[in-house]
Amino acid sequence: MAGYYFLTLAVLVLIGFFLGRYRASAVATAAGGRAVLHSLPAYHGLFTVAAVFVPMLLVFAIGAPVIGRLANSAALSHFSPDVAADDLQRGVVLRDVLNLVAGQFSGTPSADLRKAADSYAAALAWGNWLLYGSGTALGVLAMLLSLGRISTTFRARNKFERVVVVVLALCATVAILTTIGIVFSVLYETIRFFFDPSLKGRPTVTDFLFGTEWNPQAALRADQGDIKTAFGFIPLLTGTLLITAIALLVAGPLGLFSAVYLSEYATPRVRAIAKPILEILAGIPTVVLGFFAALTVAPLIRGWGETFGLNVASESALAAGLVMGMMIIPFISSLSDDVINAVPQSLRDGAYALGATKSEAIKQVVLPAALPGIVSAFMLAISRAIGETMIVVMAAGLAANLTFNPLDAVTTITVQIKTILVGDQEFDSAKTLAAFALGFVLFFVTLMLNVIALHIVRRYREQYD
Amino acid sequence: MTDIASPAAGFVRRVDITSDAAQARVRARYRAERRFRAYGLISLAVAAVFLVVLIADIVRKGLPAFMHHSLVLDVAVPADLVPPQSRNDPIAIRSADYFPVTRDALKAAIPNIEGRGAERTLTRLLSTGAADGLRDMIVADPALIGQTVKVPLLLSANADLYYKGVGTPIIAGFGRGIATPSGTNGEITVLTSANDFADTLVSIKKDLAERARLVSLEAERLDRVRSQDLTARVKELREEAAGYRARVDQPKIEEVLDATLPSYLVAINGGLVKITKLSDIGITGDVLIPLASPADANAGDWKLVTYVTPESNRKATDQEVAFLERFKETGAVERRLNTLFFIAGDSREPELAGIRGALMGSALTLCITLALCLPIGVLAAIYLEEFAPKNRLTDLIEVNINNLAAVPSIVFGLLGLAMFLNFMGLPRSAPLVGGLVLALLVLPTIIIASRAALKAVPPSIKEAALGVGASHQQAVFHHLLPLAMPGIMTGTIIGMAHALGETAPLLMIGMIAFIVDVPKGFTEAATVLPVQIYLWSDLPEPAFQYKTAAAIMVLLVFLFVMNGMAIWLRKKFERRW
Repeated sequence: MAGYYFLTLAVLVLIGFFLGRYRASAVATAAGGRAVLHSLPAYHGLFTVAAVFVPMLLVFAIGAPVIGRLANSAALSHFSPDVAADDLQRGVVLRDVLNLVAGQFSGTPSADLRKAADSYAAALAWGNWLLYGSGTALGVLAMLLSLGRISTTFRARNKFERVVVVVLALCATVAILTTIGIVFSVLYETIRFFFDPSLKGRPTVTDFLFGTEWNPQAALRADQGDIKTAFGFIPLLTGTLLITAIALLVAGPLGLFSAVYLSEYATPRVRAIAKPILEILAGIPTVVLGFFAALTVAPLIRGWGETFGLNVASESALAAGLVMGMMIIPFISSLSDDVINAVPQSLRDGAYALGATKSEAIKQVVLPAALPGIVSAFMLAISRAIGETMIVVMAAGLAANLTFNPLDAVTTITVQIKTILVGDQEFDSAKTLAAFALGFVLFFVTLMLNVIALHIVRRYREQYD
Repeated sequence: MTDIASPAAGFVRRVDITSDAAQARVRARYRAERRFRAYGLISLAVAAVFLVVLIADIVRKGLPAFMHHSLVLDVAVPADLVPPQSRNDPIAIRSADYFPVTRDALKAAIPNIEGRGAERTLTRLLSTGAADGLRDMIVADPALIGQTVKVPLLLSANADLYYKGVGTPIIAGFGRGIATPSGTNGEITVLTSANDFADTLVSIKKDLAERARLVSLEAERLDRVRSQDLTARVKELREEAAGYRARVDQPKIEEVLDATLPSYLVAINGGLVKITKLSDIGITGDVLIPLASPADANAGDWKLVTYVTPESNRKATDQEVAFLERFKETGAVERRLNTLFFIAGDSREPELAGIRGALMGSALTLCITLALCLPIGVLAAIYLEEFAPKNRLTDLIEVNINNLAAVPSIVFGLLGLAMFLNFMGLPRSAPLVGGLVLALLVLPTIIIASRAALKAVPPSIKEAALGVGASHQQAVFHHLLPLAMPGIMTGTIIGMAHALGETAPLLMIGMIAFIVDVPKGFTEAATVLPVQIYLWSDLPEPAFQYKTAAAIMVLLVFLFVMNGMAIWLRKKFERRW
């Protein structure tokens, strides 16, 4: 149905364009040449296109969901009101109805179901025809009206350009809508997680923030003693911070030194080799790094640990942290490279004039001058390490140990979100909603880090520009 | 004059730069300089070495998966496989049972096998999909029914791995005496006229002594830990070591072999006997491959074979190794390109699993992503760069886009799950939803890249257009945008490469399901290449580890091609104004 609708829309749009252009040309010729037209004939065509396209699209965007809803309620009217009230039952009935209409129903449907499917199909067919008819009629009407307005003084280009600016602005707001969507989707479920009275085993906010035991499974079993302690956030936080710290210990010095070398010392030839290497490293998907961490680095570390008589967990935080550090090196390096390059040459020249060696100038003048930028680079790197998922999913464990030993297995926020949400989920269990609460924490923390870091970068840039 | 030229003493700090101390200080400063420089180079080298090791490791693991071994056997296709009246009916031919045909061909290749266990081991060497190759051949040419044809039969993943070297080193030496087997099948003894097995006995005793040493070392190590839980284990280990030592010291001529020792076998009269008990002059053993006859074998006509890796330390059992080695000797094994890897969907059997479904899923997902984020991204960039009024809303949008670029990708997955699946009711696991989520994910990247590209076009171009009477929009769409297009394309390709490698948000919207069929539409359940990699990496079978690495190689090739394209575009169309 949608296919036919948009096919008709496309045909009407094409007809509108050519009719509009033709009519404008005809009007111009009658009035004595093209120069008398306010807008080029093509703009009259485009104006007609916009006049057809916008109302038809609106009719579909509003009409299609309404019809779907009407058809659903037509189908549900054959069952008791309890069915419509219960989310789960309603879903099952509607799926059966859909399957029956599509002819894919297995088994013999009940009389109610058959009747429901019939009225569903009837409502849908009726609604679709209405939609199609009204949409097409509106399109044709709009086309005729706009064709009627074509004259030598009609400002078609200005009107069309106003439509274009609105479209451009709408595209720009998609980014804001995304953020709003993220905030709403995680916030809504998070509020349900903490405050929905019908939710069994939900924790209080303090239990969540300061609890030292994480075990989302426990909430599903009533026979387990103290259910509320199952959603303690602290072990996840320490695990995340431990891995992030390891990653930063690796990537911080390496990234910073590479940035200094690349911007201050490297000859063009070294740059030509080193830059692509860092770019390739940055472009390697994290699932690949996770595979490498879990199957190559982790056994290696375990083996070394054993030769020194250390007991290393097979999913140690160290392996995940090391590989994550490697992932972050290009990130820190390219951001720091930018800020170091932004330090004015005059500062360096001043240091050289006082007799400083190159490294002394870097250590005592350039780096302090670039410090805010470097700090913000580190903050962005931290935010990326906290939010990184695949490396820790594959190389770090699931056990929520409260430990700072890098050789132990720890778990992270992202690992828990992934573990909870992959597989069966019911949206009324505390366990599923806990993932959204974790997602909220993750979004909030990374957002704060990003906002502060970007703010610093902005101010710092203004300082030297 | 002189007063001014010579300032009062005490204000001048005289520094003697020729003194030894001063020169040492200068040398120290230059050393520090060189050290500092070296740190930078070392950092870069560490990153480079990591990259090289990573890629080398993946290529080393992935390359074997692109080849697969098949058994080329003479397969007698029975005339009654398909009833004569339906010989021309492709459906009847397709639905015939080909498994017994391949099984019989396998049995014919190694005749006289006794015992269900050995037979089952033999049939398990073939993949469960081995009959499919035969089926396709017969469907293509029904005239082959009733004939004997040479067919490559797909080996199982374990057999394939054995041929790829995940097995055991094999040592073979000729016998010196005359060997007399007591039978051709079952448990038999083989006696020799010379002390052929004396050396073997010595090396077994040596192995046992070494084992005793290792076990007692481990016992001592655990004992030093002085933990209560370990005392029982320490005692156990000490007893084990004592047991080994007793066996070494015993003058007993006969030694009983077990799976923790290397396997010793006797190849005689075309058969193979696995030694279970051995003394200097004779052995008792189980027949793995039946002997042609119980006749005596002269010196040089029979061999003592050793599978060096103990049976308990490898995947292939002695029986399997015996069969596989026999097939290798007869030249029936063929190594060919693993085309199935590229044309099959996912499977529980490693040798049948392919990446076609995942590639198709990735392609469909990226289509949606590109169709959404290219127009929206470019139009948004044009708006922000050219038409947006400078007010707080525009400012908010700008800050917002920069922040969105740094939001963890898994959060976009949560958005997709809550918005697209639960609220809008779009289908789970579908490329449509995956594409939507990825489009939102890469949108900031494309907007930022497009704005940079638009900014790089000099204002004089736009001003010239405005000067000859173009409207603002005409100047932007007719002049600015075409000149910014290479930059926009470069940014888009890099964004797409990012989307191709993205995994986490797609896990959230259920693109992780086990899907055998190759998806054909945007709303069918599908998986994508990185998720397929994740799924395979989680499986315990070693063959899947190789497959994972191979799939990673395919993914990396795609990414390199895309990034290479972006660099090429940048180089080709880059203009210095």
